[in-house]
Parts: sequence; structure tokens; C-alpha cells
Amino acid sequence: MTVLEVSRYRPGIDAEPVFQRYEVPDNDDWAVLDGLNYVKDSVDGTLSFRWSCRMGICGSCGMTVNGEPRLTCGTFLADYDGVVRVEPLHGFPVIRDLVVDIEPFLEKLSSVSPWLIRSGEDPASEFAQTPAQLEAYKQYSMCINCMLCYSACPVYVLDPDFLGPAAIALAQRYNLDSRDEGDRFDVLSTDEGVWGCTFVGECTSACPKHVDPAEAIQRYKLTAAVRSVLPWVRL
Amino acid sequence: MVARGAGDPLGRVVDVLIVGGGAAGLRAAIAVAEAGLECTVLSKVYPMRSHTVSAEGGAAGVIGVGDTLDEHAYDTISGGDWLCDQDAVEMFVREAPRELIQLEHWGCPWSREPDGRVAVRPFGGMRQLRTWFAADKTGFHLLHTLFQTTLKYPQISRLDEWYVTRLLVEDGRIEGVVAIDIKTGETAAVWAKAVILATGGGGKVFPFTTNAAIKTGDGMALAYRAGAPLKDMEFVQYHPTGLPFTGILITEAARAEGGWLVNKDGYRYLQDYDLGVPTDKPKLRSMELGPRDRLSQAFVGELDKGRTVETPYGHVTFLDLRHLGEERIEARIPFVRELCRSYQKLDPVTDLIPVRPVVHYMMGGVHTDIDGATPIAGLYAAGETACVSINGANRLGSNSLPECLVFGARAGLAAAEYAGTAAKPAARAVPDEPLPDGSGSGERIADLRTEMQRTLEDAAGIYRTGDDLEKAVGSLRDLRERAKKAKLDDSSTSFNTERINALELGCMLDIAETIVASALNREESRGAHQRSDFPKRDDEGFLAHSLAHQGPDGSPVVSLLPVTITRWPPGERVYGR
Amino acid sequence: MTYYTPPVDRLWWTRRRSYFVFVLREFTSVGVAWSALLLVYAAKGNEIPVWLVPINLIALAACVFHAITFLSLAPKATVVRLDGWRVPDYMIVGGNYGLWLFASLVLAWVVL
Ligand SMILES: Cc1cc2nc3c(=O)[nH]c(=O)nc-3n(C[C@H](O)[C@H](O)[C@H](O)COP(=O)(O)OP(=O)(O)OC[C@H]3O[C@@H](n4cnc5c(N)ncnc54)[C@H](O)[C@@H]3O)c2cc1C
Ligand code: SF4
Ligand code: FES
Repeated sequence: MTVLEVSRYRPGIDAEPVFQRYEVPDNDDWAVLDGLNYVKDSVDGTLSFRWSCRMGICGSCGMTVNGEPRLTCGTFLADYDGVVRVEPLHGFPVIRDLVVDIEPFLEKLSSVSPWLIRSGEDPASEFAQTPAQLEAYKQYSMCINCMLCYSACPVYVLDPDFLGPAAIALAQRYNLDSRDEGDRFDVLSTDEGVWGCTFVGECTSACPKHVDPAEAIQRYKLTAAVRSVLPWVRL
Repeated sequence: MVARGAGDPLGRVVDVLIVGGGAAGLRAAIAVAEAGLECTVLSKVYPMRSHTVSAEGGAAGVIGVGDTLDEHAYDTISGGDWLCDQDAVEMFVREAPRELIQLEHWGCPWSREPDGRVAVRPFGGMRQLRTWFAADKTGFHLLHTLFQTTLKYPQISRLDEWYVTRLLVEDGRIEGVVAIDIKTGETAAVWAKAVILATGGGGKVFPFTTNAAIKTGDGMALAYRAGAPLKDMEFVQYHPTGLPFTGILITEAARAEGGWLVNKDGYRYLQDYDLGVPTDKPKLRSMELGPRDRLSQAFVGELDKGRTVETPYGHVTFLDLRHLGEERIEARIPFVRELCRSYQKLDPVTDLIPVRPVVHYMMGGVHTDIDGATPIAGLYAAGETACVSINGANRLGSNSLPECLVFGARAGLAAAEYAGTAAKPAARAVPDEPLPDGSGSGERIADLRTEMQRTLEDAAGIYRTGDDLEKAVGSLRDLRERAKKAKLDDSSTSFNTERINALELGCMLDIAETIVASALNREESRGAHQRSDFPKRDDEGFLAHSLAHQGPDGSPVVSLLPVTITRWPPGERVYGR
Repeated sequence: MTYYTPPVDRLWWTRRRSYFVFVLREFTSVGVAWSALLLVYAAKGNEIPVWLVPINLIALAACVFHAITFLSLAPKATVVRLDGWRVPDYMIVGGNYGLWLFASLVLAWVVL
């Protein structure tokens, strides 16, 4: 038996989260999410959490496992000794149990214009883009919006207005796309934008998809710095 | 409790309400916005969590030199064992390339040739290279591109984490939906001139599936209860290569890149099932690149001959990618490697991947015409939830994503046009959806779900018999009654996922009944529907779609509807010869 | 409906080793500032009292720590691609150290 110690918060009932323990059978193939589903299905139907794809791609199942932000569908019970503590992602308001409020992220995402900006008519065929040009932004396009990087970022936890790792990485995903003609300087080069980042680097360690948002941010700092001095230069 | 009828969450009647934020729903939303109307995308998960995100292999559309629309149409029709409506297929293959280019213009990071053109790869059942791909995360990139693009249209609003429980239909005309705001638990009516269902498939009616937790066939059940028929529900696609415990898909692209299927003796067994002779390099429409129904049936053949390997999670054969080498695997199918490493604790560069057939896709769905219109005025359906039908008795891999785009766009345009002239529905109070009342013997939702899944697997798996199906009809009816009396642990309002699970179970039971009833009615074998008691295809009796209507007692009534044939009369399906 | 908002955690930097190292790095700026002041002071021809030596050693350690962490983080901001090939981080770090050494030598040559 493995013991899961799960954070419970039921709005209107609990003033603040409390821990509840559940025993789940040992199974080497089980992810933390399988343990939670066992609880939900067989023990306590009141436990709430988000999940969907259970293959590490939909980004729903981020939680704090033994203090670290993790995708619970890709984190295995067998890798832990003793009690496994599951909490909602740190740094976010808790809606219920393991479910957090990510609404502010969606607003931040919109604010960086995460779409291809071009003027003029589209051609009838595709825009040419060489494999090297694709490679230049590809990594930043791999973000699954799982919010682990925000949870790991002390700046975000202290200042919820910080644009944050994933939103900036996604802005860079378009900035570095050879097809894009947009300019996201006004949103990015602000105190809540890249300059809010003190380069702790934890976002990159937390990211399950190797997006390396810390790199995206530092690169834009350089871009923004150069542009502040030489406004006509486009990096 | 009665829902706040007039005080709907939007405070107004929307032009077009789109239920579902996957590829089909988001593409429809953009089409409506570009037509200048307002729309709302309502979805039970944030749109970027929709199941489209898991699609790996690619999206088919003719662009390569030497390929033609007719060939794509022929591959699709023969792949579908002549059950596709050929007018729909012709339209589909014509519009697919345009939609894929449109996605490129919106920023989709398609994989490229050295000269900067979009690259295409081979795929099962296709005789030309025509599958566009973004490495092996095609669905992920497609969905995020679409979602991020919707953010630029002020005409598109969203209701995220809302769950639709009922369609509001008055005098044969759609007026909106009843939905629960999952965060608060409140129920409300959302009024709309037109509604598009884009709620995806329902693989979760089976126990072992590649489908995500959210794929519970809700839209199909909603339309069915509102009086629209479900078409061809007996055709359920098994994908030949799922990982044994999780059901995680190993994309067909792994075979398109040159992977082999071998049995316990390391023998490429497909050669014994009329699928061609083994070659070192992949050959189109042959061996591992045959269609999915035939490959999954071949697995059962191997099982019967005792040439599979038993594991704690069922019998398996193996997918061998080792000869492709690390570099090719990393360049073309990196996600396959990532998934094998995390979930199967093996590396395909050096190890065989254990695989077994897994429920993957529903060819059937809400009956629509080629504009996505259902028989209910103002109600449209698109994507996996709809059946137009271009997939017939067996969908070809990589036809589904372009289907979502082509018919999502068409349904969006048609709905916008309809909404432009339709009258505004009058807001009124509507009752809540009844929930299980706990009056039974205290059965849990999860246990009932498991029983339903077993029933379906036993009766409506890769091979079916009349007797098994007959039995399943009774079991499902019994389950439906028990589900009404199930017990819920959770009576709270905010983020009550158990309540949502109960409503989803209700939907799944409805569509499970239509699957079984349609399978029982179809006394022939065609594509993904194989009846051991009727092993031959019967064009005399069954070159026709099944239509399942909900009868007065809640059980399905099945009738037949002729297939549209334009230029390709029914013939033999030939692979590898 | 009420969401639970966790109180701001004042001790966040003690929760994880990496946070602690980060805060340490931030504090090295005090050492850097100290060294700069000292340099100005010494440049004016003043003798540096002996009792300051331990503090100066700490400041020196802080400066070195700061420089090392700064340089090893630098490749994050400078992604160099040559013909599609991404110059690996260690080369950029190495290049930076090379430049640093070169600059120090030039400086040493000028000053001494
Ligand atoms: C693992 C896997 C790999 C695949 N690979 C490929 C491939 O390579 N190529 C290919 O062409 N096809 C592939 N497919 C098939 C293809 O991905 C799907 O058919 C397609 O993505 C379905 O898209 P959709 O928009 O119809 O639905 P989904 O993407 O499933 O979206 C459904 C939406 O409806 C919403 N919804 C559902 N019910 C409700 C409700 N009651 N109330 C409110 N909202 C609701 C959901 O929240 C969601 O937003 C794959 C499928 C799987 C499972
Ligand atoms: S950058 Fe990484 S950690 Fe952050 S949201 Fe995206 S995928 Fe998740
Ligand atoms: S459930 Fe989708 S990422 Fe974990």
C-alpha cells in the first residue's frame, strides 16, 4: 500500500486546505494520477482534480507532488518512498481540492498577441520556411500551458501580475518565427514583462516539455536592451 | 431547482453557440467570426486541453507532385469499404489542402523540406505521400495554433469549463443549450440562434482506448435525445498499436517511417493476412501500411494461433523500430520515444515496443449533410462527433484532423448564414438535468462505468456475434436503469466532478446502446464491423448507413439509409497486391 | 464562490536549495558594491586598514561567485546559430571565460 496525503479544500466548508490520507494499492505502473483516480473511483468520489489525456500533452494534470510541481500523469508512485503528498500547484488560488484558477494566465496569453501577425494578402500556397527557420522557434512552440513554470517561479508567486515564463516563451515563439512581422515590444519590455524576471531559472527546471522559458526571457531582455539603445534594430 | 432562464451567463442571445473547443469547434468559431457574426465557444475543458491535442501522426491533403484528388478520394472510399458518401468525400479531398494551407498561414509549425516547402509522409491505406505533419505532435500544434488564433477575434467569446446537459429544441428548431458552470456548479440556459456540436468522439465507452477521459460522446447523446439520428455507430476503429497498460497510442507514423509489426517469433505476421509481402523499405498500401481494421483483425488471427505474448495487461505483439536508428527516430517521431520512455520504461532505439489493438475512433456520429446540418433546424455538427460521412466503415489515419477543419469551417459558415436570418429565441426558465438519486443499492458511478465498458468490449469488439450483441442489449438497458439510481458521494456545487462523471455516464450509456443496436442490425462484415456469424460483405442488403433514432421507451430504433455513390462503384479492397 | 488564496510566503527562499542559491547570488551584489567602493577608496591613494581584510575576502568570494554564475547563465541570453547549428552552451561559456581572461590580462598589463 502507498499512502497518498492529499490536500483538500472544499469552498464553503473548509476555511483553508486540510490534508486527508488515502491508501492506494502498490502498482509499479501507476502514475500519481492513477492513484488519485483509484481514490476517486473506489474510495471517495468527492475528491476533485483535473486530468484528461494521461499522456503528458493536454497540460491539465499539474499538481505539487512532494513539494515539486509535476505532471501527475507522468510522475510515478514507484519513484517515491513513503507518503506521497499531493497538493494543488503552489502560487495559484485554489478553486477546490487540487484544482487551481488559471484564468489570469489566459488573459496574459492573449495580451502577448500569440498569433502570426502579417500584413498584406496571403499567398495561395504555403509561406516557405526552411527546417533551420523552423528550428529557430520550435522549442518555444512546445508549451502545453501546464503552469508548472509559474508554480516554480518565486517572482510570480510574489507578484501575480508578472507576465510569467510561458506567456513570454509563447511571445518569443512568434517573434522568432520567420513568417511573423509583429512587434510585441510594448508588452514584453515592461516591469511586469521580461524586466520582472530576476532569472531564478526554476521555470526551466520545472518545465516537462523542455521549452526553456528562462532562455526565452533572457533572450528577449537582450533584444529589448538593444532596441532601447538602437530603436531601429530588429534582432 | 430551475435554471436562471433569462439571466443567462452571456446576458444575450448569441448568433452561434459552439459546443466544443477541439479542432472542429475552434475552426468553426473562426469561420463564424470571419463571416462577421458573434459566437461563443463553450467547452467542458479549456480549449487547448481538448482531445485533438493528442493526435500525433498527421493530416492528409493532396499537395505532392504526382498525387491527385481522385487518388485521395479512392483511398478514402476503398479504405471505408464503400460506405462513404462519395459526394462528401470529393468535397473533402478538394477542400483539405486549402484548409491545411490556411493553418500554415495561421502559424502551424508544419515539418518542412530542405527548400522550405511543407513536407508530407506516407500513412496507412494511402497510396501517395500526402500526410502533412508537425513531427509527431500534429494535433497538439494544430490545436494550439487554432486556439491562439481565435484569441485575435473579438467576435469570439468563451465559456470555459462549462458542461452542456441538454439541447433546447422548440418546434424542430434549436434555441440554445442548458449547461452547468463547473466552477460554480450553477445551471443556466445559453440562448443561441444556431448551435454547432463539436464535442468529439466517445472512445471511453470501451475499457481500453487511446481516448482521453473527456471523450464520452456527449454531443452524440445530446443530439440523439433531442431527436436527431446517429449514423453508422457500429463502426468503431481499433488502432493496431496501443501501449498495453495505458492504451497510449503509438502513432501510425512509426510504421510509415518504416516500423515493423512482429509476433512472438519476430515474424512479420501481416504477410499471412493478405496484406502483401514484407519489404525493407515501407511500401504504400501494403503490410504495415495497410488500413487499421485489417491490421487489428490480423492481431486477433495471431492471438488465435498462439503467436502473441501474454503480459499482465493482455496479449501483445511488437512494434520494431530499432532498424530505423536513433537519428531518424529523434527527427521524425520523437514523441514516440518520449512516450515509450516515460510510460513503458523502454527505448525504441534498442527495444521492441509491446503493442495491442486499442479503441481509437468512432466513424459514426450525428447524421449531417455536407454542410454539417442535422435534421434539427439550426443544429449543426462537425468533427468526430458528426458523421457526414467520409469515413464509412473504416477511417484512414490522418483523414480525421482535416475532416475537423473542412467540416468545422463548413458548419461554421452554414450556421452563420442560418443565424443571419433566424429569429431570436425567447428566453424562459428551464428545468435542471435530473441526477442519479441514490435510491438503488448504492452503486458507484465508476463501477457502473466499468461494467458498461466490459459489456461493450465483450459484445462489440473487433469480432462480434449476434448472440453476444443480443445479450448486451439487455445488459445495457439494465445498466441504464441502475445508473438512474446510483449514489453520488459529492453533493457540493463547486467543481463537482463526480456529478459531471454521472452525466457523462448517462451519455455513454445512450451511445453504447446505439452501437450495439446498429451492430446487431447489420448482418454482414464490412470494414471495422466484423460479424463472425456473417463473415461476408453484403452489398445487396447493407450498402447503406445505419440510422439510430431514440424510440419512445428510450431504446434505439435502427433503420437504413442508402449510401451516395458518384464515381467509384463498390469493389474489392486490395492491399499489398 | 470563494477561492482559497494562500498567504504570501515570506520564507519562500528557504524552501528549496535552488531558491537559496539564487538569493545568495542576489546578495553577492553587496559584495560587488563593496569592492567597487573599496577600489575608489584605494585609487585615491588611501591605505586599506588590516581589519578590513576578512571583509574584503568575503567580498572577493562574492564577486567570483557572482561572475561564475553570471557567465554560466549567459548562454541563455545569447543563442547563437550558425547555419542552423546551435552553438552549444559550453562553447559560449568557454568563449566568455576566454574574453574575461583576456580583458583581465589587458587590465593587469595597463595597471601594473
Ligand atoms: C491518440 C490519438 C491520436 C490521433 N491521431 C490522429 C492523427 O494523427 N491524424 C488524424 O487525422 N486524426 C488523429 N486522431 C483523431 C483526431 O485527433 C480526432 O478525431 C479529432 O481530434 C477530434 O476533434 P474534435 O474537434 O472533433 O473533438 P475534440 O478535440 O475531442 O474536442 C471535443 C471538445 O468538445 C468539448 N465537449 C465535449 N462534451 C462536452 C459537453 N458536454 N459540454 C461542453 N463541452 C463538451 C470538449 O471539452 C472538447 O473541447 C487521433 C486520435 C487519438 C485519440
Ligand atoms: S513553459 Fe513548460 S512548464 Fe511552462 S506552461 Fe509551458 S510547458 Fe508548462
Ligand atoms: S492528463 Fe494530460 S498532461 Fe497529464
